[in-house]
Amino acid sequence: MDPAWLSALTFLGVAFVVAAGALVGARLLGVKSRVDVPTRRDTYECGEEPEGVAWVRFHPRYYLVALLFVLFDVETVFILPWALNLDDLGLLALVEMVVFVGILLLGWAYAVRKGAIEWQ
Amino acid sequence: MNGAPPVAASGLLFNSAPLHALVLGLVVVSLCMGVAAWSIWYERKFAARMQNRPGPTEVGPWGLLQPIADGLKMLQKEDIVPAAVDRPLFELAPLLVVVASLGTLAVIPWGDGLVIADLHIGVLFALALSSLMLLPVWMAGWASNNKYALLGGMRAIAQGVSYEIPLLLAATVPIVLAGSFRLGDIVEAQAGLRWFALWPPGPGAVAFVLFFMASLAEANRIPFDIPEAESELVAGVTVEYTGMKFGMFYLAEYLHTLIASAIAATLFLGGWDMGPLGAGVHWMVLKTLVLFAVIFWIRWSWLRLRADQLMALSWRWLVPLGLVLVMASATWVVLA
Repeated sequence: MDPAWLSALTFLGVAFVVAAGALVGARLLGVKSRVDVPTRRDTYECGEEPEGVAWVRFHPRYYLVALLFVLFDVETVFILPWALNLDDLGLLALVEMVVFVGILLLGWAYAVRKGAIEWQ
Repeated sequence: MNGAPPVAASGLLFNSAPLHALVLGLVVVSLCMGVAAWSIWYERKFAARMQNRPGPTEVGPWGLLQPIADGLKMLQKEDIVPAAVDRPLFELAPLLVVVASLGTLAVIPWGDGLVIADLHIGVLFALALSSLMLLPVWMAGWASNNKYALLGGMRAIAQGVSYEIPLLLAATVPIVLAGSFRLGDIVEAQAGLRWFALWPPGPGAVAFVLFFMASLAEANRIPFDIPEAESELVAGVTVEYTGMKFGMFYLAEYLHTLIASAIAATLFLGGWDMGPLGAGVHWMVLKTLVLFAVIFWIRWSWLRLRADQLMALSWRWLVPLGLVLVMASATWVVLA
């Protein structure tokens, strides 16, 4: 294995310890109130009494955008290795990718015309 | 190379990779956290001067000790956890958001060979971790069981998935031009001031602006800060967090912005190399801080976009623009 991966893992460990250290420090140093006011642990709703919970069925409004995202994300997965080896692959690979992206852009134009990215 | 500590032949400060990552990692993390903390002071001063007020003046000369006072205050604050939250997710989110933002630092080359982990897929590692930041943000939004937090989390996800594609496509332009995922190779490909932001003329400059814009959106900075829009969502996902846990989200946002500036400087502005003026850590730091300051400048000059305008901007214009840029730079590489 490339030793760089060992470095990267160690560094993620460092990042974790630093972040956890700040939280643990705050837990040790933070004040704790002796009196417990019952409304203290209420959910915040600008001072009003909270109305129900937030865990409800909720319209995300970007369902089609999420589908488009998956589509284009997969497309970048195809583009990245191609981009890396373009020098060796030459003109033919370029033409093929232009055709591929062209077809993709047709699909994109269709989605835009159908209003997939409108606020629903 | 001047301005950098001596580097062993293997590119490591020590013979062992974990020890190298530990020592260099601690140095880089402390410096970046320091810069992030004082950038809050700098931003407050900057904003104050733009609005004709003095800004922080009380703590230390010119208010310079303000970040220390803020940090101590946050450490002492009582940790109030609302009764309705999903406790494990609620506690985990502020931790993960900082780990994900710091993790990106691993692959950024500060000088020739001066990188914590010289991964051969450096660009992908950085982009993957920076988009991974969305998950803890959504965790916080959902776990808080608060309507503002939920809406903030939803918007963060919608914005994240929309700007992920332009970000990736803009980052693909230097990859095509340099033919490598390793950030060090990308810097070397720009040696002699042939910065990808300038060369090839056209696609490089547009890709740089596109990358910078998409980074702002990923970091939720104005004009793309609708997920935390304080005038309508109070503060988005951080509503229910108190003390240090709230501070962690703040820290992560500034760190993410700083790191995005560093990545933009590496991919498009030649990193540590400055052509005839030599090379070294100081150039990399200078370029990063200039971009970082530009982000503040933008923040205090522009209004925020509405959520639907934001999505339309990305899908209608930026995604096809990104594809065209990649094809244009590929044509340049094949024909030149």
